Amino acid sequence: MLNDQGWLLSLALFMPLIGAAVVTVVPKDREGLTKQIGVFFTGVTFLLGVVVAFGFDYSRSGELQYETTVNWIDAIGARYHLGIDGISLPLFVLTGLLTFLCAIYTTKIIPSPGKPRAFLALMMLLQTGMAGTFVSFDLVLFFVFWEVVLVPMYFMIGMWGGPRREYASVKFFLYTLFGSVFMLVAFLSVYFAAGDAGIANPWDIVELSAAAGLGTSTFQTFAFLGIFLGFAIKVPMWPFHTWLPDAHTEAPTIGSVLLAGILLKMGTYGFIRIALPILPDGAMRFAPLIGVLGVIGIIYGSLACLAQTDVKRLIAFSSVGHMGFVMLGISAMNEVGIQAALYGNIAHGVVTGALFFLAGSLHERYHTREIAEIGGGMLTKMPRYGALLVYVSMASLGLPGLAGFWGEFTALWAARSPAEALVANGYSGLYLGLVIFGAIGTVLTAAYFLWLIQRVGLGTPSARWRDEPLADVMTVEWVSWTPLMVIILVMGVFPAVIFGVQQDAVTNLMVFITG
Amino acid sequence: MAIDFGAIAPELVLTATAIVVLLVDLVLKGDAKQLVNPIAAIGAVVALGFTISLWGQERTTFGDTFVVSQYTTVFKIIFLVSLLAILGVSWRYFAEGRYFQGEYYFLLLTAFLGMLIMPSARDLLLLFVALETVSLPGFAMAGLRKRSLYSSEAAIKFFLIGVISVALMLFGISMMYGFTGTTSLTGIAQSLGQWGDSPPALLLASLLLVIVGFGFKISAVPFHFWAPDTYAGSPMPVAAMLAVASKAAGFAGLVSVTFIAFEPYAEVWAPAMAVLAILTMTLGNLVALQQRDMVRLLAWSSVAQAGYMLIPFGLAISGDAAVNMAAVQAMLFYIAAYAIPNIGAFGVVIAVNRKTGYRSIEDFAGLGVRQPFMAIAMSTFLLSLGGAPPTVGLWAKFAIIQAGAQAGTTIAWVLMGFLIINSVIAFFYYLRVVWVMWMQAPRDSIAPVRPGLNLSIVTAALVAGTVVLFVLPGLISDATSITDLLAGG
Repeated sequence: MLNDQGWLLSLALFMPLIGAAVVTVVPKDREGLTKQIGVFFTGVTFLLGVVVAFGFDYSRSGELQYETTVNWIDAIGARYHLGIDGISLPLFVLTGLLTFLCAIYTTKIIPSPGKPRAFLALMMLLQTGMAGTFVSFDLVLFFVFWEVVLVPMYFMIGMWGGPRREYASVKFFLYTLFGSVFMLVAFLSVYFAAGDAGIANPWDIVELSAAAGLGTSTFQTFAFLGIFLGFAIKVPMWPFHTWLPDAHTEAPTIGSVLLAGILLKMGTYGFIRIALPILPDGAMRFAPLIGVLGVIGIIYGSLACLAQTDVKRLIAFSSVGHMGFVMLGISAMNEVGIQAALYGNIAHGVVTGALFFLAGSLHERYHTREIAEIGGGMLTKMPRYGALLVYVSMASLGLPGLAGFWGEFTALWAARSPAEALVANGYSGLYLGLVIFGAIGTVLTAAYFLWLIQRVGLGTPSARWRDEPLADVMTVEWVSWTPLMVIILVMGVFPAVIFGVQQDAVTNLMVFITG
Repeated sequence: MAIDFGAIAPELVLTATAIVVLLVDLVLKGDAKQLVNPIAAIGAVVALGFTISLWGQERTTFGDTFVVSQYTTVFKIIFLVSLLAILGVSWRYFAEGRYFQGEYYFLLLTAFLGMLIMPSARDLLLLFVALETVSLPGFAMAGLRKRSLYSSEAAIKFFLIGVISVALMLFGISMMYGFTGTTSLTGIAQSLGQWGDSPPALLLASLLLVIVGFGFKISAVPFHFWAPDTYAGSPMPVAAMLAVASKAAGFAGLVSVTFIAFEPYAEVWAPAMAVLAILTMTLGNLVALQQRDMVRLLAWSSVAQAGYMLIPFGLAISGDAAVNMAAVQAMLFYIAAYAIPNIGAFGVVIAVNRKTGYRSIEDFAGLGVRQPFMAIAMSTFLLSLGGAPPTVGLWAKFAIIQAGAQAGTTIAWVLMGFLIINSVIAFFYYLRVVWVMWMQAPRDSIAPVRPGLNLSIVTAALVAGTVVLFVLPGLISDATSITDLLAGG
C-alpha cells in the first residue's frame, strides 16, 4: 500500500528544502531560471502532496498513515516521528497548494527590491517549516518546525515589506518567540510528567494523548497556560493579536498570503492536536476563557475593520475576527466544535489567502491601498477583478454556499451545546451569551465587507482613475487564483469533503479530551 | 606515587608546544615568524588526539587531585576545538600587525594549558594554579597592542580586578582549609557534613568567597565590569578567547567547587547563584541594547550568556544527584553550543575590522551585498546566540529549560521566567545587527571586506557546525548526557 511508505511524506516535506538549496546556486543574473526552478520545486512538492492525499486510506482516516519513526536525539529520547491523519491531511495539502500558487504569482509579480533567489529560497524554507508542524508527532520535532518558520518570515517582511517593515518584522519575531519559549517550558514539564507516568516515549504526541491526562489538575492548568500562550499568540487571539495587523500591513503579498493562509493555522492546529488531548483537564478549565477571548476577538476584529482605511489592514483585522470563530469552536470542547474549528481554519486559509492576493494586486494597480484614494467604480473599471473581490468577500463574510459559511455556522451551533463538563460547571449561560455575541459578530462582518465593496466596487471611477489604464486580471493571476476560487465554491457546496476526511480523526481525539 | 603520564598527555603536549613556539620564534626572522601559528595548531591537534584517546576512561593521578573522566574529556575537547578556531582567526590578525607573534602564541597556549587542567582538578590548590595559569597570560595578551591606550587600559583593568579576585579566593581557600583540614574537594564535601544544618557563618563566608573568585572569571554581575572594557581594548582574537574559552574554564572550576566540594550546602549557594544569574543576564542584555560598537555589543552579550550558564547552578539541590547531574549536563551543553557561534561572531568582526578598522554596528551596513558569505555567517551566529533555528543555539536554550523543568523548584520557575524575558530582549539587539547587515544600504566609498582564506575557512567550519548541530544535537548531547562529574573523583 502507498500509505505505509513513510519516505513519501518525508520527501514531500523536504522537497522545498532541496529547492531552496538549488535556487541559491543559480547565477544571480538568471532571474527567469530562478523563478522557473521555484515553480518547479513547489509544483513537485504540491504533486507529492496530492500523491500523499491520493494514497491516503480514507476509511481509516482516524489513524496515522505514512508513518516514519526514527530515533533522533537519544539523550532526551526525541524521535523523528512523522505521520498524517484526517486532521493533518487537508492542512498539509493546503500548504503545498498555497506555496505553489505563490511561486507562480512570483514569476510575474515580485515585490521591490526583487532578489528572486533569496525570496524563493526563504519561501521554500518557510514551507518546510509550516508543513512540518502539521505532520510531526513528536513534541520536540514539532517545536523545531514551529521555530523554523520564524526566521524566513522575519526576512520576508523585513526585506520585501512596506515602509515600517523593521518595526513589523521585529515585532512579529519577538512576539512569536516570547510565546514559543513559554510553550517550550510547558512541553518540557509535560515531558517530565510523562516520564513519571511511565510513558515509554514521553515526547510522542500519540502516546501522550492516549495517556488521558497527566499529572495533577494544577499541573495541567499551569502546563496548559504555557502552551496556551505559545499558540494563542500565533492564532492570534485577542489580546495577543497586535503583531498581526502590523505584520500583514507591511508584509509583501506572498508573505501575507502564507501568513494568513497557513502560518496562523499552526496555532489552532496546535491547540487541537497538542493542548486539548494532552492536557484535557487544563483545557476544560481554560475553555470558557478561550471562548470569551474568541468572541471578544470576533467583535473587536469587526469593529476594527469598520474603522480601517487601508484595504490590507482591514483584511488583517478580519483575520482576528475569523480566528475568533475558530477559537469559539474549540472552546465548545465537543466534536462539532472541533470540526467547526478545523473547517473554519481551512476555509479562512483559502479565503483570506485569496483576499491577500487580491489586495496585493490592488496595490500593484493603484499603488495605494487607501480605500478613499481608490474611490469607487472598480466593477466598471476592472469588472473581472471587481467580481473576484466581491466573490471572495462574500465567502469571507460567511455567505451560505461558499467556504466561509460552514466554519462560522457550525462554531455557533457547537457553542450552543458545549461539552457536558462545561455545562455541569454552570457555564451554559456563558456559552449562550457567546453564541449571541458571535451572531452579532457575523452581522458586523457582513457590514464591513459590504461597506468595503460599496466604497471601492460600486459607483463610478473617480476622476483620478477614470482615464488611467488599469489592467484587469492578468493571466498569471488567473492561474494562481482560480484554484482558490474553485475550492471556495466546492467547500461551500460540499462541506463533506473536509468534514468527512476529518471525521474519524476528530472522533478519536474527542475520546482523549472528554474521556 | 607514580605519575600516570597517559592521563596528562594532552597537557604535556600543549606545554611542549608552547616551549617550541617560544624557541622557534627566537630563531626565525621576519615573515617566517608566521610559522609559529601552524606549529601551535599542530600541537593543538596532537593534544586533541590524546584527549580523544582518553574518551570513556577514568583515571586519576597526583594522589587523586587530577582526574580524567568523560566529563573532563568533553570539556577538554571544547577547549582544544576553541583553541584551533582561535588560532584560525588569529593568523592574519597578528601576522599583519607584526607584533609579538611568538609571545602571543606562547601565552595563548599557556592559557589553554591552564584550561585543560581546570576541569580535571579535584583539589583547591590545583584549581587555584589552573586558574592563575589561565589568567596571567590573559593579562599580558590583553595588553599586546601596547601602542594603543585602550589595550593598555584593558590589560590594567583586567589585571587589577583579576588580582583582587584571586586574593579574595585565596582568603576563602585558606579559611576553608582551616575549617575542614583539607584542600581536596571530596574531602571538603565529607568534612562539611559534620556541621549539619547549622554551619558557622564564617564557613559560609569562605564558601562564598571562593565562589566570588570564580565569579570574576566568568564575568558574572556584579563582578563583570572589567569585561566590556577589556574585550573592547584587547586584540580581537584575545577578546574571543576571553569571552569563550577563559569563561568556560571559569565555569569548569565553578562546577568543581560548587557541585563537588560545597554540594552539602547547595541550599546556601544555589539561591545566591540564582540571583547572580538573574542579575547577570538581565543587566548584560539591557546594556547590550545600548551598544553601538560591535565588540562591546558582543562583550555585553557574552555577559548575558554567562547569566544563562549560571542558571543550572541555581537549580542545584543538595543530595539530589539526578537534578544536579542534569544541571551540570545542561551547562556543559550550553558552553559547547555557545563556543561555536561566539568565536564565529568574533571571527566575522575581525574580518570586517581587518585593514579598515571598522567596528561600529553601522559599519556592518550592507554587508549582505558587500560580502554575502560573511553576512550569512554573522546572521547564523547571532541567531544561534539568541537561540533561534536553524542553529544549535536553540538546543542550548532547550537544555537549560530542560534542567529547569526537571528541578521544578520555585527558584527554577523564577529563573525560567527571567530566561524567557531575556531571550526576547536579546533578540532585539541581535536582530538589529541582522537588520543593519541585510536591509541597510552600505555607506558610499566603504572599503571592501577581504576576510582572507584562513578566516573564511574557520568561519565556514563554524557555520557548518552551528547548522549541523541544529539537525543532529545528539552529537553533543550524547557526549554530555553520559558525563558523570563525580566519576573517579
